[in-house]
Amino acid sequence: MRKAFALIVVLVAIGSAVPVILHWWPMAPDISADGHLIDQQMASTMVEVGSAFLLAQFLLAYFVYRSADRGTHENIRSIPGGVKLAVFVAVAFVGAELLALGMQGQRAWAIQYFSTPDPNAMTIQAQAGQFAYYFRYPGLDGKLGATHPEKINEGDQNFFGLDLEKDVAARDDVVSAELAIPVNRQIRLLLHTKDVGHSFYVPELRVQQDFVPGLDLMVHFTATKVGKYEIVCTQLCGMGHHSMRAYLRVMPQAEFDDWLKQKASEQ
Amino acid sequence: MQHESALEAREPPVRAIGFVRRYIFSVDHKVIGLQYYALALVAVFVGMALSWLMRIHLVWPNWPIPGLHFLSKTGAPGNVMTPEYYLSLLTMHGTIMVFFVLTNAPFAALGNYFLPLQIGAEDMAFPRLNMLSFWITFLAFCVLMSSFFVSDGPPISGWTAYAPLSAVGSAAGPGQGMGQTLWAISIGIFCVASLLGALNFIATTLDMRTRGMTLMRMPLSTWAWFITSCISLFAFAVLLPTCILLCLDRMADTSFFVPSGLVISDRLQPHSGGSALLWQHLFWFFGHPEVYIAILPAAGIVSHVLINGLRRPLLSHKAIIFSMVAIGFLSYVVWGHHMFVSGMNPTSSLVFSFPTIIITIPAAVLTLTWLGSIYGSRLRLTTASLFALGFISMFVSGGLSGFFLAQPSIDIYLHATYFVVGHFHIVMGVAAIFGVFAGTYFWFPKMTGRMLNEGLGRIHFWGSFVGAYCIFMPFHYLGMAGNVRRYAAFVDDYMAPLMSVHRFITIAALVMGIVQMIFLVNLLYSLWRGPKAPDNPWECTSLEWATSSPPPADNFGGRSPIVYRDPYQYGVDAAGKDFVMQNEPFYAESASIPHLAEAAEAQE
Repeated sequence: MRKAFALIVVLVAIGSAVPVILHWWPMAPDISADGHLIDQQMASTMVEVGSAFLLAQFLLAYFVYRSADRGTHENIRSIPGGVKLAVFVAVAFVGAELLALGMQGQRAWAIQYFSTPDPNAMTIQAQAGQFAYYFRYPGLDGKLGATHPEKINEGDQNFFGLDLEKDVAARDDVVSAELAIPVNRQIRLLLHTKDVGHSFYVPELRVQQDFVPGLDLMVHFTATKVGKYEIVCTQLCGMGHHSMRAYLRVMPQAEFDDWLKQKASEQ
Repeated sequence: MQHESALEAREPPVRAIGFVRRYIFSVDHKVIGLQYYALALVAVFVGMALSWLMRIHLVWPNWPIPGLHFLSKTGAPGNVMTPEYYLSLLTMHGTIMVFFVLTNAPFAALGNYFLPLQIGAEDMAFPRLNMLSFWITFLAFCVLMSSFFVSDGPPISGWTAYAPLSAVGSAAGPGQGMGQTLWAISIGIFCVASLLGALNFIATTLDMRTRGMTLMRMPLSTWAWFITSCISLFAFAVLLPTCILLCLDRMADTSFFVPSGLVISDRLQPHSGGSALLWQHLFWFFGHPEVYIAILPAAGIVSHVLINGLRRPLLSHKAIIFSMVAIGFLSYVVWGHHMFVSGMNPTSSLVFSFPTIIITIPAAVLTLTWLGSIYGSRLRLTTASLFALGFISMFVSGGLSGFFLAQPSIDIYLHATYFVVGHFHIVMGVAAIFGVFAGTYFWFPKMTGRMLNEGLGRIHFWGSFVGAYCIFMPFHYLGMAGNVRRYAAFVDDYMAPLMSVHRFITIAALVMGIVQMIFLVNLLYSLWRGPKAPDNPWECTSLEWATSSPPPADNFGGRSPIVYRDPYQYGVDAAGKDFVMQNEPFYAESASIPHLAEAAEAQE
């Protein structure tokens, strides 16, 4: 029994590690300017946590293999160092290592949340609602018109509740169901929800931020690779939650300018 | 140390009371413990069946599941479930498992049965309150279950019931009408029961210990139940008003959790001034300690069972107790780590991240003390020991994966993915349940007077151990690939290549379910046909084994045991035995120590 226990624990531990080591199901490719910081943090955490995982499972298997089913004539022995060793390892290795790693990870967080966006960043507003996203670009005036929840009318395509009659700033706003952005330019994305909580998650961008009812938030990011990616909702928002998605299209600046012009002319 | 109310409520001799008073509305903590256990058993099989339905739907979405439309005509037309019904099942699975299984089984069920026995008490401090706790819990369960039968079905907002989705009523979708109201009422009722239970546990531990049972002489399982009851008292005291506020938002048009200007189902909602984040703060202020309400009793039970298997005390009794106390305190200052990307102030994320990482230290002390104690022991690999060792393996795996999520930067990527699902299922679900299994195989002889079948027990262990890793490790891989949780179907292009992993998980989950049936068969068969259990089959030292199996109604036959020793005197050489029970007097030394001599006399 002790042999079976040791063998199965070791096999399970190795079996758990193999898909990670061989990158069977890798992280989404990183297409953002700052995402590599998160990836590095993930990689160093994986090395430390992964080694601790394997070590602990192997020790469990080995100690059980050594101690189980021995006759009663064998003396009980204590591990050298006893509980002091356990506390020392817990504080000095586990605690200190992980705290140091935690400190190191603050940088990736700070870049996302404490740095002010570039003054040249392009402002776009994202509005989430059950179960779709809409994106709004300020027109030539560079200003987004004010929103009025009572004017929201999906039938008239007034998804944001703009007051086109009185509000000049709102008239040239461009509304789109997909998020088109120019490559290598910082985007300042304003997040607003019209109903319940939603989330903006693009794995490739290494960006995830909830939409909070009653609270408008901002995230900023720079996409560095041209392509089409999926924006998915990660905050349970109702029956259509799984189908709530939009596309992120990253395009060269010139192509983006054309796209924006064409969108403006359609409205 | 006898409490008056216990004396007052002491039962008349067994023959004088009828079946109803003895087995249904019983004030005997042992019967109440078994009632809690039975309720948890029903709940866990319901919860597990829901998870099968969900897993089958995820990988074979168009497969009709025979009979499903009997459960819900609108939720499963033609036996194929709708996306909203998937969310209903998900909500019910989470709620049933967290509240009625993970809170009830390791704490309320086993704690009720064994805490008074382990401290040498005749009953809980407040036996009638104890009965009330159980029946209120039962009521909460019935109210929750009734949401399956209301017209628009159970709620769809998950066990976390985030507002405003949960607060605005049926406008937010099917299940958000009556179903969500029943959910809020059920959880509120559950809080009342848990508060009464926690008070009772605390009073019993502090006030009902027998002579000689000092706090440091209490077994580690009793320590764990005591610490857990303290955590429960504060956690459920916050969740109860939170549920009341939610009910008010839903029924009295208040706006605690709903801000102004929300347009839901094309209608401007008549609310203003509330905060959606307030719900999250209040919920997780309960929610994180809740994780420890599930895991600490399991850690205590495992320590108790493991020591018996190892035939030696742990490297340190105090290290375990202090670590559990430290975890209890820290559990109250980490709730914000559930909310890193919720829109909470980003500085608070850093503030919440540090105590979360620091919790690793007492958790590592626990793990290393268990591991180090195995070295050089005379481990007996009974099924109970196997589950205790399996618990350690799971505690390590689930605890370590939590370290990814404790870091706000990594959480940006992993939040709300299957990585989180894998993490909490292993550490809070599987580990806690393994603790309950360890306790069940260990204490079944005491509870029923019969032995469980060890052969079936081993099959159950190996199936559960390998099965749990096969189900929950791949969840981590899915999360790292960006697979979002709580989706009724995977329509996104980038998730399509992950379907093979999902299929593997579903098959593993179905096999795991069959393995649990072996446990059920063992439990029921042994209850009637198992070999008769001696009073102390595992050669254990603590007081629950110092009475008959099962114990008489007053636990020790009217003679309170007297405690002379620390709880775990194993590995000694005492007249052919390798253990000494807590209530064995020191005959040689006792004559020279006046209070012991007196105590020994009193026992005679």
